[in-house]
Amino acid sequence: MERESTLKQIWGSLSQNKGAMAGLVIIVILAIIAVIGDSIAPYDPEYSDMTACFVAPCAEHIFGTDQLGRDIFSRVLSGTRISLTVGIIAVSISLTIGTVVGALAGYCGGKVDMVIMRIMDMMLAVPSILLAITFMAALGKGIDKAVIAIGLVSIPEYARIVRGSVLSMKQNEFVQAARVMGNKDSVIIFKHILPNILSSIIVRATLGISTAVLDTAALGFLGLGVQPPAAEWGDMLGRSRSFIFNAPHTLIFPGLAITLTVLAFNMLGDGLRDALDPKQRK
Amino acid sequence: MIKYIIKRILQTIPVLIGVSIIVFVILRVFAPDPAPIVLGDHASAEATAAWREAYGLNEPIVMQYLHYMQGVLTGDFGDSYFTKTSVAQEIFSRFPATIELAVGAILFASIFGILFGTIAAVKKGTWIDNISMLFSLVGVAMPVFWLGLIMIIFFSGFLGLFPSTGRISSPLMRPDDITGLYVIDSILTGDMKALKDSLWHLTLPAVVLGMYSMAIIARMTRSSLLEVLSQDYIRTAKAKGLNSKQIVLRHGLRNGLIPVITVIGLQFGTMLGGALLTESVFSWPGIGAYTVSCILKSDFPVVQGVVLLVATIFVTLNLLVDIIYAVVDPRIKYGKKEE
Repeated sequence: MERESTLKQIWGSLSQNKGAMAGLVIIVILAIIAVIGDSIAPYDPEYSDMTACFVAPCAEHIFGTDQLGRDIFSRVLSGTRISLTVGIIAVSISLTIGTVVGALAGYCGGKVDMVIMRIMDMMLAVPSILLAITFMAALGKGIDKAVIAIGLVSIPEYARIVRGSVLSMKQNEFVQAARVMGNKDSVIIFKHILPNILSSIIVRATLGISTAVLDTAALGFLGLGVQPPAAEWGDMLGRSRSFIFNAPHTLIFPGLAITLTVLAFNMLGDGLRDALDPKQRK
Repeated sequence: MIKYIIKRILQTIPVLIGVSIIVFVILRVFAPDPAPIVLGDHASAEATAAWREAYGLNEPIVMQYLHYMQGVLTGDFGDSYFTKTSVAQEIFSRFPATIELAVGAILFASIFGILFGTIAAVKKGTWIDNISMLFSLVGVAMPVFWLGLIMIIFFSGFLGLFPSTGRISSPLMRPDDITGLYVIDSILTGDMKALKDSLWHLTLPAVVLGMYSMAIIARMTRSSLLEVLSQDYIRTAKAKGLNSKQIVLRHGLRNGLIPVITVIGLQFGTMLGGALLTESVFSWPGIGAYTVSCILKSDFPVVQGVVLLVATIFVTLNLLVDIIYAVVDPRIKYGKKEE
């Protein structure tokens, strides 16, 4: 009962926020496209018709075709699935590892805290895209490796948030009570502390998906992401850039798709922050 | 204060050593063997062995690291696998181009970010505020490489206003090498033609690289200024009869810009990452585009050097921001908490 009313309250405040609602609507549409995109696509996204290269947007190809005569609209639709999947998996990786190490650092304190947080500081000392590319050098090319690299470089952000929240939670009476009652540390962390800091984690994860989508596109653009002929937005941009002046339409739509996705997750994330975490409001 | 500064400087050393270890382990332990890529698939076993020997890759990994760090302390970052010149030389011949780009970008981002943020705060709730905030939302969401391509299509292709590649029109126009920054060098040598030409080349890439930071700085300025403008002393100033322009400029911005300084400092570090992509788009002959190509061809000594250099800059900037912050804002108590 109580849980339901809290959810209602959050939804009430979130639904007042026009930006957040717009973001949510876009995300729902993107999710639908990700699931059924291939079946509503007018063409096979990987089918190349060499007699129809660089067709400008027209009735048959509303976004035009690319250098290999593939339908850009179908490819953008198909790329939605890749980008959303990568975004969600990458965030799951950083969220899981980040939460565990952050909670450990905050809860155990002392040397464990110091060692974990120093390692996080080291990772934060290198711009994330440079670190991700360095990981890619070790892992090799490919979208599966890109997911891992992007997931790994964002761990410190989650670890920091979770550690900070755990530190402040630890002082609360209910946590101390749980400890006095003889609960195990793992029970205290997972049952008593984490549910209470869930809101800040959710906010961070929503914003994290947009970062992950941007980083995936960047790795794709540099040629480290998907392998041909798969359609990924960043990769599409990277491969069309040599034709920038002859066929600018090949560059417009994949970029718009990235921007729209990132914008949607940012707006929803900002709205969630205002709804869940009034203190963090900027 | 001095104690605090020394303490902060000492704290950065383990971080940098840690970064060097992480990168070393990633590239030397986990990365695939670079020998077949550097020497080709058909290199003989003897040639491979000789090459590994020459680069010290046969030693145990701990010894490799110690030797590497021994070199780093004396400014020797090893040699590139491909060009065989020293990594330090490879990096420093390209670094000025990146610095010039990043400084241009941060100037653009700071000036316009503070301007738009201030206007939005003063005109809070009006359409001007809404438009500039919408603009900054989109600015954060656009991938920097896509923005670059779009700017090239529009400003270089369609309007023909700006060049799309390089730092200068012809190598003959290069100003005498003093700092390596073309803009500064051409001012120092009074070479107006080179100054105009290098600024002309710098504009598009700097705007593209600075766009994200401009959006962040604008949002930060707006929220910080709004907070300051709601303070009591602003009411007092109004009551004293100061006009609103004086209030915003003298009281509002002076206090509201403190958090903005932090953001600008941190953004400059982030830009070194963004430069990687911007340089690739504009064929800017800096360190970013070069690093990407080195990673693609497994030229690991260069990558190690670049990551260490960038981390050092990043950490130093954080340090400077903290120190400036402590000096500017007397509310921050430095180093007393632990004692």
